[in-house]
Amino acid sequence: MAEVILKPTGNFNLTVEGEVITPDNFAGKNAQEIGQLLVWQGPQEYPLSNYFEVKGDGAASAEKTSIIIDGDVTRVKRIGEGMTAGRILVKGSTGMHVGADMKGGEIIVEGDTDSWPGMEMKGGLLHIKGNTKDHVGSAYRGSWNGMTGGRIVIDGDAINQVGGGISGGEIIIGGNVKHFCGIRINGGLIVVKGNATRAVGAEMTGGTIVVGGTIERFTPGFELAEVESDLKFNDIECFGEYKKFTGDYAIPQKGKGTLYVSCTNNECL
Amino acid sequence: MAGTIAIKNGHVFDPLNEINGDKMDIFIRNGKVVTELSASELKDAKEIDASGKTVMPGGVDSHSHVAGAKVNVGRMMRPEDHYKFYQKKTPITHSGCGYSVPSVYLGGYEYSKMGYTTVFEAAVPPMEARHTHEEMRSTPMLDMGGYLVLGNNWFLMRYLKEGDMEKAAAYVAWMMKTHKTYGIKCVNPAGVENWGWGENVSALDQANIHFEVTPEDIIKGLTEINEMLGFPMPVHLHANNLGHPGCWEITRDSLKIPKPVKARPNTSVEWAETKVNPKRHESVYLTHCQFNAFGGTSWRDFESGVKGITDYVNNHEHVVMDSGCVPFGDATVMTGDGPAIHDLYVLTGHKWSNTDVECECGSGVLPFTYLKNNPVHSVQWAMGLEVLLYVDDPWKVIMTTDSPNGGPFIKYPQVIAWLMSNKARQDTFNECHKWAQDRTDLSAEAREMSLYDIATITRANSARTIGMSHSKGTLGIGADGDVAIYDIDPTKLEVSDYESIIRGFENAAYTIKEGQVVSQKGEIVAIPEKKTYYTDISTSADDEKNMLDDVKNWFKYYTIGFNNYPTPDKYLANPTPIKIDAEV
Repeated sequence: MAEVILKPTGNFNLTVEGEVITPDNFAGKNAQEIGQLLVWQGPQEYPLSNYFEVKGDGAASAEKTSIIIDGDVTRVKRIGEGMTAGRILVKGSTGMHVGADMKGGEIIVEGDTDSWPGMEMKGGLLHIKGNTKDHVGSAYRGSWNGMTGGRIVIDGDAINQVGGGISGGEIIIGGNVKHFCGIRINGGLIVVKGNATRAVGAEMTGGTIVVGGTIERFTPGFELAEVESDLKFNDIECFGEYKKFTGDYAIPQKGKGTLYVSCTNNECL
Repeated sequence: MAGTIAIKNGHVFDPLNEINGDKMDIFIRNGKVVTELSASELKDAKEIDASGKTVMPGGVDSHSHVAGAKVNVGRMMRPEDHYKFYQKKTPITHSGCGYSVPSVYLGGYEYSKMGYTTVFEAAVPPMEARHTHEEMRSTPMLDMGGYLVLGNNWFLMRYLKEGDMEKAAAYVAWMMKTHKTYGIKCVNPAGVENWGWGENVSALDQANIHFEVTPEDIIKGLTEINEMLGFPMPVHLHANNLGHPGCWEITRDSLKIPKPVKARPNTSVEWAETKVNPKRHESVYLTHCQFNAFGGTSWRDFESGVKGITDYVNNHEHVVMDSGCVPFGDATVMTGDGPAIHDLYVLTGHKWSNTDVECECGSGVLPFTYLKNNPVHSVQWAMGLEVLLYVDDPWKVIMTTDSPNGGPFIKYPQVIAWLMSNKARQDTFNECHKWAQDRTDLSAEAREMSLYDIATITRANSARTIGMSHSKGTLGIGADGDVAIYDIDPTKLEVSDYESIIRGFENAAYTIKEGQVVSQKGEIVAIPEKKTYYTDISTSADDEKNMLDDVKNWFKYYTIGFNNYPTPDKYLANPTPIKIDAEV
């Protein structure tokens, strides 16, 4: 595995569009060539080396290329966008759209990220060890087609619209979420280990959502089917007793989604 | 000299002059087709060597949703249609974006790249005419016009109920002038008014709420008024029950209603020289037949009902229609037929826009994706091609996708390939759901259209049908010098290599507008002047006055003032009235 180390050194007053930072683009290039790749900052294009000190060469293929971002890149967007293989390790926090449209490989973020991580993702693994914001794995503005494959793991909290419109893949949130988690999904799996505020699974027509904590305001349009214990979705296990609901029946399409809610944390349901 | 050009040695296809691939020269002087250029003119003229290429009149699209309120709603509600499909600006062109609903600029450029020079907007709600004209004015590269939606108009329904044909005709004539529109569009007659009450109509003899007129009354009334006034085009009909399994029957029965109505187009224009009679003889122009030709009784036993309509059309002379082909992929459905779009919303659950255009009509917009693995969509794909292939006489059909309802107009080259190449169709059968084979007869159809047929259904007949063949859709002497030159050598064409057909029609080698090269191999090289056509009909002053008293009296129901209702000339690029002296 060839390692390319990017150390942030530049001026990030305006956010930088970092979609060239993928193993696919770095493969077959030496450190100097990587530094010459162009990125947009506001209305101007500049070489990557304006913002990062580049050390190490890419391998011949994306699979064998590992990118280490050694610092905080909160003002860099779209890191790893569309990557198909290889690995990116961010030793700090990132901006928006990390791993958007990702098709394979692995991204690990040790800090937090801004909104849209794994937007419309198709494959691979995106692991965020801190917190994130809105639209995890979601469809982009206007689109109703979110993530279709791969896995997103958030160890901390996410905020609104987790997994909006996904039809495949898995999203696992270790902490809490707020509004509209799993809105309009028609496939895939969303597991929230903590609490949710409201509108979980609104307009869902398929797929599965599991909430291990408390849902503050439950979505109307769901019907209780039965109680199940110790859920298992391949390698993902959710221990304890869960109330199984189906829905969302509030829309004309009469959804066939499944919503599991922890019994112990939602006694009033 | 501007607008003067010599196109040498091309294989010319001009169906209105029965020219079928003959190797000949086309000369254009000051924007008009002429017999020849003098030696001194030739010296200054641009000369194009078109040897080994296909030369046709500029394309004429007689039914496309390209401008106006509902098109713009389609743009606004679909950012996802835009951010992945865009073009950068060049020194002469604007930037633009939008796949199924492009921005006005991009729409004009994309049409021009395919060799189209004239496009008519399919539906202009009267209250939205100003907006439509603003967008048409900003659509470059194309001569345009629009059809006024009148099938559920309060005034007309009232006059038709009272049997007052003189006032009804005076109203239609006044409306055309007022809104600077070109012909009569009739969408789901009587049904859209009911949609204001959450209802629809399902039979031709079903009277609607309050006005108590039936679809039959409206179709009969409008087609009669159309000929009383001598409109250039027949009534443009979007039949009732559209998009419902089994709707083909009501469509066929609707076509029977205007059979006794004799076509009397009465435009006073100078006609280009043509061998074929350039004037229409049809009293009805059915639009997007595919959507009106659903068979079966439910989505389970859904099948093609196209034969029921094409059999009727083959045996009658008063009908012309366009196809509404479905080329698969992303589309945006938009129509004045509000209830039809609501039904699609219930079916798909997709984001939906619905509008009631006060006192006049309605509309609905919804994103839609036609998938090859979907049984119904696959049948619709086959049906659109059936419409064009089952009608024996190409002078009775026009190729469209009802853009962007069946798919965006940029898919026309793909549709042409399916029409010209049986292999293209068979290859698609292998990729799509087997219902396309089981529920239609298309797989047994061996007919392959010629370039002459394609020229007929994409320019000659669309221009003839809407009464524009005095200057469009032909290369006869006196016609507008609008020409499309395609990199297709008819003497070497192998239709089994259908990719070459697609490539050829996608980017015309040259698109020429009034003698000026405007687009070349997919690149816009000049922005020409454009014209906007409308019909200017004079009727008896007494009828007009009596009618206007009614209109002013009822204008209290509108939310805009009477004086703000008309569209002034300044909203049009080069307003070009087509004058008619009505006999009423």
